[in-house]
Amino acid sequence: MPTMTMAKALNAALADAMLDDERVVVFGEDVGQLGGVFRITDGLQARFGDKRCFDTPLAEAGIVGFAVGLAMSGLRPVVEMQFDAFAYPAFEQIVSHVAKLRNRTRGALSVPMVIRVPYAGGIGGVEHHCDSSEAYYAHTPGLKVVTPATVDDAYSLLREAIEDLDPVVFMEPKKLYFAGAETSLPARTEPFGRAVVRRPGRDATLVAYGPAVPVALEAAEAAREEGWDLEVVDVRTIVPFDDATIAASVRRTGRCVVVQEAQGFAGVGAEIAARVQERCFHALHAPVLRVSGLDIPYPAPMLEHTHLPSVDRVLDAVARLQWEDQPDPRWLTEGSAA
Amino acid sequence: MTTTPQAARRASPRKRRPSAPDPSAGLLPQTEPVRLLNPDGTLLPARADYPEPPVEALREMYRRMVVGRRFDAQATALTKQGRLAVYPSSRGQEACQVGGVLALRDDDWVFPTYRESMALTARGIDPVEVLTLLRGDWHCGYDPAQRRTAPQCTPLATQCVHAAGLAYGESYQGRDTVALVYIGDGATSEGDFHEGVNFAAVFKAPVVYFVQNNRYAISVPLSRQTAAPSLAYKGVGYGVPSEQVDGNDPVAVLAVLNRAVAHARAGKGPYLVEAHTYRMEPHTNADDASRYRDAEEVEAWRDRDPLTRLETYLRGRNMLDDAAVAEIAEQAETYAAQLRERMNSQPTVDPLSLFDHVYAQPTPQLVEQREQVRAELAASEEDA
Repeated sequence: MPTMTMAKALNAALADAMLDDERVVVFGEDVGQLGGVFRITDGLQARFGDKRCFDTPLAEAGIVGFAVGLAMSGLRPVVEMQFDAFAYPAFEQIVSHVAKLRNRTRGALSVPMVIRVPYAGGIGGVEHHCDSSEAYYAHTPGLKVVTPATVDDAYSLLREAIEDLDPVVFMEPKKLYFAGAETSLPARTEPFGRAVVRRPGRDATLVAYGPAVPVALEAAEAAREEGWDLEVVDVRTIVPFDDATIAASVRRTGRCVVVQEAQGFAGVGAEIAARVQERCFHALHAPVLRVSGLDIPYPAPMLEHTHLPSVDRVLDAVARLQWEDQPDPRWLTEGSAA
Repeated sequence: MTTTPQAARRASPRKRRPSAPDPSAGLLPQTEPVRLLNPDGTLLPARADYPEPPVEALREMYRRMVVGRRFDAQATALTKQGRLAVYPSSRGQEACQVGGVLALRDDDWVFPTYRESMALTARGIDPVEVLTLLRGDWHCGYDPAQRRTAPQCTPLATQCVHAAGLAYGESYQGRDTVALVYIGDGATSEGDFHEGVNFAAVFKAPVVYFVQNNRYAISVPLSRQTAAPSLAYKGVGYGVPSEQVDGNDPVAVLAVLNRAVAHARAGKGPYLVEAHTYRMEPHTNADDASRYRDAEEVEAWRDRDPLTRLETYLRGRNMLDDAAVAEIAEQAETYAAQLRERMNSQPTVDPLSLFDHVYAQPTPQLVEQREQVRAELAASEEDA
């Protein structure tokens, strides 16, 4: 099978969607002649013309609000937010209009669209270029929130996002853009709402999504040397969320660590940990642990390696899963000092 | 003696180049608001740029304004009876409310705010459906796609960008639809107003941005919104032709909007219109306007009442007499009585419908929550 990067797979998904559906229009900042700063829209304007793929004024609320109107007129907009943190000006449009129009109008109006957000770090980006913003969107009813971790998923989930009847925030892990994998497009993988076991294992479950999936897989590989056989579940679609697959895995293994790159407090990983313990309490041999970014603003590039969840940090969490049936000493004294 | 460069230039025999055409020509509004009627309703001398609209259209405008004002009063009364949670009145702005709708075709789109209930009823939308938002049984009571009318927008100016996208999308698909956006003076300070006007201009989207400058954003006066000579001057920076009009002169409002809509429909891009008007009532029934404006100011605007003005004009044109005035007043009373009657019944709401339109298909989590609510309801019915 040929090898392809995630960036190329996303590009192919856009091109194939534009070919299959005349209503699909792609726009944003620098997506036209330049092909996007990450080249995800490379060649689309030349191939489909500047009515189907076009640059806009540099204004993110305008881009998303414009997409709302285009969707109302019957088109299928796919917009690019250049970087995670530059999507914030569009937040009101996304939360108050994109997410709610179907509900406000009892289904009379819907605005299916895809908002592509290159997100997360690990690329040495300077300030405001590396945020993990998925929790903001996942907290908003009416949005679907999707994040691929593999090349096949990048293609398949983006195609499905463009075909979906609801608006989708499509979070693309920047650090995986140029990682290659064998693929043969057009790949179609599991649909929205399905998590996937990337690596089967018996001793504990690592739940991860987006940029944290390769970290979890690497940790699982390293854990073999410690004698642990770890299962890795890739969430894929944060909304809709697949409770069933994740709970089934944790019931099998009895132990769970959730790995995310975003800062941990009130994050998606916290939601997953809560859902797992609600469903798997009697099967658990240890509390569900989280490994996440630190609760700090995304650091400067020379310090990001301390912030990002590492294989060692994941292995450290796995080591604390009460293998000897001893409580974690960290939690025994908390709150008792006073 | 040395000559300064400036003096040398002054002394230069070089011929003065013909001055370049002013790039803002045709974009700037007139320095005074366009006015076709005197405040007393008598006609000003005819002008070439804004021909008087057909008198039949103005008579229909009068009818809808009378019904609209009566609807507005009825809605305010309904808040006192507890039938509406809140009502933002547009009394005093009837010429703008009705003019914006009359300038459009039925297949054009309107992007209203919460203050446009009168405009929407003037567009023929069922008043009970219009008041759904304020009655509190759902957020939008009418079908926006069928009525070509976006949901009434409560976040300010966000609909300015939607209209640009919709109008561009319509022309992209070969339709000559125009979108008209109602916004107020306060909303022109929001970023989305500027992004909307700019997007519409860059993509030549057929949008009319219709600013009803009623001088207050709740309590904050216009002087705190802008230092511009008038809000219509905001168009030139985006390359958008703009005009200002006396918003209490119904004849001028319709004339200016007709021209703006024709401009947009002809494929020349967006147009900005500022109407100078006044909100006679507080921001809503929950507001106390005496804290920020005095009675004298309000009284002064009462003398510029758009309805009296149009009535005087139509009588002068022999398009209206006592009998017709009485007949239209009766139509308005009937409209209000029917509304009152229909609003007296309590709307039925179904808690399980909360889950119906979050997504096209509910997520497993929503199905779970729906079952939980269903069980709660069943249990409380058993208790009762």
